[in-house]
Amino acid sequence: MKCQQCDHPAVFHITELESGAVREVHLCEDHARVYLNQSEGDAGPDSLESAEESGKKQPTGGKLVGPLGVAQTADELSRLDQKVCDMCGITFFEFRNQGRLGCPHDYIQFERELEPLIANIHDATQHTGRRPSRTSVADASGSFPKEPLPESTAELSHAIGLRRQMREAIACEDYEKAKENRDLIRTIEERWLART
Amino acid sequence: MKLETLTQSIGEWLRGTGPESDIVMSSRVRLARNVANYPFVSRATDQDRADIERFLRERLATLPIGRGLEYIDVGHLEEVDRQFLVERQLISREHADAQGARSVAIDVLEQVSLMINEEDHLRIQCMHSGLDLRGAWEQIKVVDDQIEKVVPYAFSPRWGYLTACPTNVGTGIRVSVMLHLPALVITRQIDKVFRSLHKISLAVRGLYGEGSQAMGDFYQISNQTTLGKTEEELVEQVGDVVPVLIDYERRAREFLVRETQQNVHDQVSRAYGILRTAQTISAEETMQLLSRVRMGVLLGLIGDVKIADINVLLVRTQSAHLQKLRGAELDVKDRNIERARYLRHYFEGGHSGGHTSAN
Repeated sequence: MKCQQCDHPAVFHITELESGAVREVHLCEDHARVYLNQSEGDAGPDSLESAEESGKKQPTGGKLVGPLGVAQTADELSRLDQKVCDMCGITFFEFRNQGRLGCPHDYIQFERELEPLIANIHDATQHTGRRPSRTSVADASGSFPKEPLPESTAELSHAIGLRRQMREAIACEDYEKAKENRDLIRTIEERWLART
Repeated sequence: MKLETLTQSIGEWLRGTGPESDIVMSSRVRLARNVANYPFVSRATDQDRADIERFLRERLATLPIGRGLEYIDVGHLEEVDRQFLVERQLISREHADAQGARSVAIDVLEQVSLMINEEDHLRIQCMHSGLDLRGAWEQIKVVDDQIEKVVPYAFSPRWGYLTACPTNVGTGIRVSVMLHLPALVITRQIDKVFRSLHKISLAVRGLYGEGSQAMGDFYQISNQTTLGKTEEELVEQVGDVVPVLIDYERRAREFLVRETQQNVHDQVSRAYGILRTAQTISAEETMQLLSRVRMGVLLGLIGDVKIADINVLLVRTQSAHLQKLRGAELDVKDRNIERARYLRHYFEGGHSGGHTSAN
């Protein structure tokens, strides 16, 4: 299928809902970029966009602004972009630009912002598949719990933030703080990464 | 098993012995996993990556499967050796080209490979010959179960296995089959096939080359979504469509034989002729001609070549394989000459009698 504005193949297929009427727009990457940048300024409460690239769904539309599945003004988007992960320090803006998240904790920190994006990619927002059956933490009697322990991810991801602070402390020559952080990291890792 | 051993052997999945292996070259299942106490790879520092690599490598070594795995430190390999592993489908191009500490663990049959520090901390892959998604899935489940006993995967009850890219979150599974569809290409039905696959959330890409024009008519079909369905459902989603594609391709081949026997016979014979006598030949042309000959073998038009031979040649005529077999670095011009030499030697040396051992 060709782009509606030139001869290149259309790789973005956009469905516009405007006051009850459905309009389909098929564009190549370059024209899609222009189109979505323009319509982002016009986006009002009645218009919803969903963009889908043939053959592969882009998580953020690459460097395009807009396709998060909800109407967005430039202001809202720039506020969103400034959100930072407490652990790895990535900003939402950085994530949108590179298409990759910084650490597991981002799924908690940016949960609300990621939800429409993930819904757009997968048409789902709840995992229904396999779960880790146990962690490597033995209790006092030496046996392993049968249920998955989500705390392992939450606690272990704190180590990411602590390690970042530790490095900053070293850079500032605050070795006292660095040692504190290192000990905290060690406690967490010993708890959750103990060998069987 | 070091790289030299790999040079002399061929991968299990190339043997062309699996079900429907005239059309389905291989079935692959891949799982993406991360540890929770480090950033994802792209955000990890060099030190982080070294720590992650060491941690995972040490843990993998303690497992039952660990005993059968060979470790290769990809970060310290020569470029030709990294390229070799890519051609063998044991690591991805991304893994070869990335920076920082990264490695791969491969089993002796080349069915299982575990990449450390690719896009995610751990990418587990299992490949079987022919159409055997179920078998690949059963095998990779065992591997995943063993690993998660000693490696606390980053996991959330809502989002599932947490991955660097949201396109992989949830099951983290990529189910794919590699298909050879020359008749659908010749009869110009391939675009129609792609569009209908896309409508049911399956991704198609050419196995060699960029975009929709696949070199050699080899295509990979895989699932697009990873969240909201179980792993079994996704294995089924891909698996269910393969018999339909096989049927289309077989019919297209029958049509070709019925309606244009002379033409098809001529095309495959010419392809076979060039491969046996050319003095210099590019990788692209080799791919295309091997694809023709492969179809010719399957249609019974070429009798003295086996499918396994073609499968082997598809890999061995690629640039890193040629150089390793020759034991020397070669530039493009010399590679083209070496490739032609290798092909001539292979076809006249009696290897087409079904031998799949090294020359």
